Amino acid sequence: MSEAEELQKLADKEYEFGFVTDVESDSLPPGLDEDTIREIVRRKGEPDWLLEYRLKAFRHWQTMEDPAWAKVNKNVVNYQDLIYYSAPKPKKQLESLDEVDPELLETFEKLGISLEEQKRLSNVAVDAVFDSVSVATTFSDKLAELGIIFCSFSEAVKEHPELVRKYLGSVVPYTDNFYSALNSAVFSDGSFCYIPKGVACPMELSTYFRINAAGTGQFERTLIVADEGSTVSYLEGCTAPMRDENQLHAAVVELVALEEATIKYSTVQNWYPGDADGVGGIYNFVTKRGLCKGDRSKISWTQVETGSAITWKYPSCILQGDDSIGEFYSVALTNNFQQADTGTKMVHLGKRTKSTIISKGISAGKGQNTYRGLVDIKKGAEDARNFSQCDSMLLGDRCGAHTFPYVEVRNPSAKVEHEATTSKIGEDQIFYCNQRGISTEDAVSMIVNGFCKEVFSELPMEFAVEAQKLLAVSLEGSVG
Amino acid sequence: MSAHENEEKMILDVNNLHASVEGSPILKGLNLSVKPGEVHAIMGPNGSGKSTFANVLAGREDYTVDSGSVSYSGLDLLDLDPEERACEGIFLAFQYPVSIPGISNAYFLRSALNAVRRYREESEVDAVDFLQLVREKMKLVGMDEKLLQRSVNDGFSGGEKKRNEILQMAVLDPKLAILDETDSGLDIDALRIVAEGVNALRGGDRAFIVVTHYQRLLDYIVPDHVHVLSEGQIVRSGDKTLAHELEREGYSWLESGHAREKTQEAS
Repeated sequence: MSEAEELQKLADKEYEFGFVTDVESDSLPPGLDEDTIREIVRRKGEPDWLLEYRLKAFRHWQTMEDPAWAKVNKNVVNYQDLIYYSAPKPKKQLESLDEVDPELLETFEKLGISLEEQKRLSNVAVDAVFDSVSVATTFSDKLAELGIIFCSFSEAVKEHPELVRKYLGSVVPYTDNFYSALNSAVFSDGSFCYIPKGVACPMELSTYFRINAAGTGQFERTLIVADEGSTVSYLEGCTAPMRDENQLHAAVVELVALEEATIKYSTVQNWYPGDADGVGGIYNFVTKRGLCKGDRSKISWTQVETGSAITWKYPSCILQGDDSIGEFYSVALTNNFQQADTGTKMVHLGKRTKSTIISKGISAGKGQNTYRGLVDIKKGAEDARNFSQCDSMLLGDRCGAHTFPYVEVRNPSAKVEHEATTSKIGEDQIFYCNQRGISTEDAVSMIVNGFCKEVFSELPMEFAVEAQKLLAVSLEGSVG
Repeated sequence: MSAHENEEKMILDVNNLHASVEGSPILKGLNLSVKPGEVHAIMGPNGSGKSTFANVLAGREDYTVDSGSVSYSGLDLLDLDPEERACEGIFLAFQYPVSIPGISNAYFLRSALNAVRRYREESEVDAVDFLQLVREKMKLVGMDEKLLQRSVNDGFSGGEKKRNEILQMAVLDPKLAILDETDSGLDIDALRIVAEGVNALRGGDRAFIVVTHYQRLLDYIVPDHVHVLSEGQIVRSGDKTLAHELEREGYSWLESGHAREKTQEAS
């Protein structure tokens, strides 16, 4: 198939993942109080320490207010109308993948994620999260041979309580913000990953999030711990059905890198963005933070955000260890009525810590795109360095791009560089492509891809291809 | 030969073309006929409408055609989108080639070639065949292969940009190539290299329209016909010697109103 045909095909199908899977689910009634939390804990068979943790978080959450400082217009979320637990009803206790409901397997097949390990050609281990519950984790056994733990969060609570207890909330405490408090109170599942000392994880680890049930909030918890000298690359993908309501997704992701460990975390976020009139779509309010705890550790965030009605998140790095490195590569695209307020925080504590921020914002239709970032060099961070580059591209004249870079430097030896550009996609660039036979749609897609190249080159190969296609689809109709 | 047969043989027939930019008329009744294989030079002072004419032929949006007709290979050219014109074999070498950061020259050129080939219902070229083709053409225009992996025109020198235009022309194999002030900003060595590239592409049925202010380009690309454009009309036509005459006399004679008389005498 030619590139144009492929793009056309992609463009014609609009939001491809908007289907609903018909599975029986086991849900709590809408509403949130302490009993809801006790019920979640009871159903999941969780230990008391976790119940205590959740209750503390819930009580703290009740003292907080829904924050309104982001540059986004959102509908008021009524937290009592949400369903806080929804699990596909298992026919019986699952012993192996063969026993997973075929409807669920089919859903993930439709999403292009085969959970049947033997059929997988690519070297990726997957944890699939459907609504609130992890339904299948592939390759766990193979990974276990290396001592790598990769499983659902629920399983980790049962099998590795010491690790979960030690690190849960250590990077994002429940007091951190409104949504992290809410998540800490009600999270129902997610992924857990531990890479032991000196082990380089031989395959990409991946979590695939899928919202299915109506009226549910999705609150996953991801915790990745890379022990001394280990490395891991982790991928995250997301889709949801098309619904008229705004569904809330408030996940928390915590990364811990010990001495000389490296974590690379890549996201391709394609939640349902709402329709062309701005009705429906996911509210993606996520707290992601990594702690470079050990010396010479490194955490790298790469995100491609094309979905959601509102994306509001700041994957950040706390650079505690000396010579630790934080990176943030981001492409955020807003079309139609989508809004994004995203960026990163790089907090430099250790000596000779380095951070790099590359942010590419693309606004089309009536989309609003905000980069908000903080580079915070603390007093003890001798010879810290940061380089930030924030580029915005505008398609059409009804969209907006905004940049709020905050820099706080408390150590005079710091070197901080910031570059920012805003450009309108050039008529002359498009005409130049046209004059060589390339259609306007292909030209726009090409120019935008070129604009994002520095970020795409950070993504694992298969993801980079997917990201390019996603951009093409998301840009559909943006050029008139 | 009947008028009809004569028309058949034209690759381009511009008839009483009027065009404006942002409401101000630039072309005011331009006529030009080009046969396959011919090289026509369009000369004229700044502001006479040379670049406008080149851009109108390529279909640039900012230029409005107010009246007149342009027939190209039997098609109504003005009815086609810019990319359709390109796919039908019209190539414009830009005066100011545009850069596209992040997209390699090779990727861009292959996308263009395949777009044209799809339009012509030919099979697409794969990466291997493309590389072979483009290497051959790069030799023709004396271009360094390293430029293939660089972003399109991004950080290219003036000479590299113009050479890149000629490379694209060589790969896309047009029927009618329009060179818009290709000599501007080039030193004499770069000019010679670019002209050699163009000359290598002459031959067969391919026609050229060479738009230039100066005669010096025409020392290297020797035209079959030379036209003088003034205030949106062709006021004089002749063979290559006309270019030398202009070089000697400049364009000041146009202002005296002498031009129209001369044209009338000639006709």
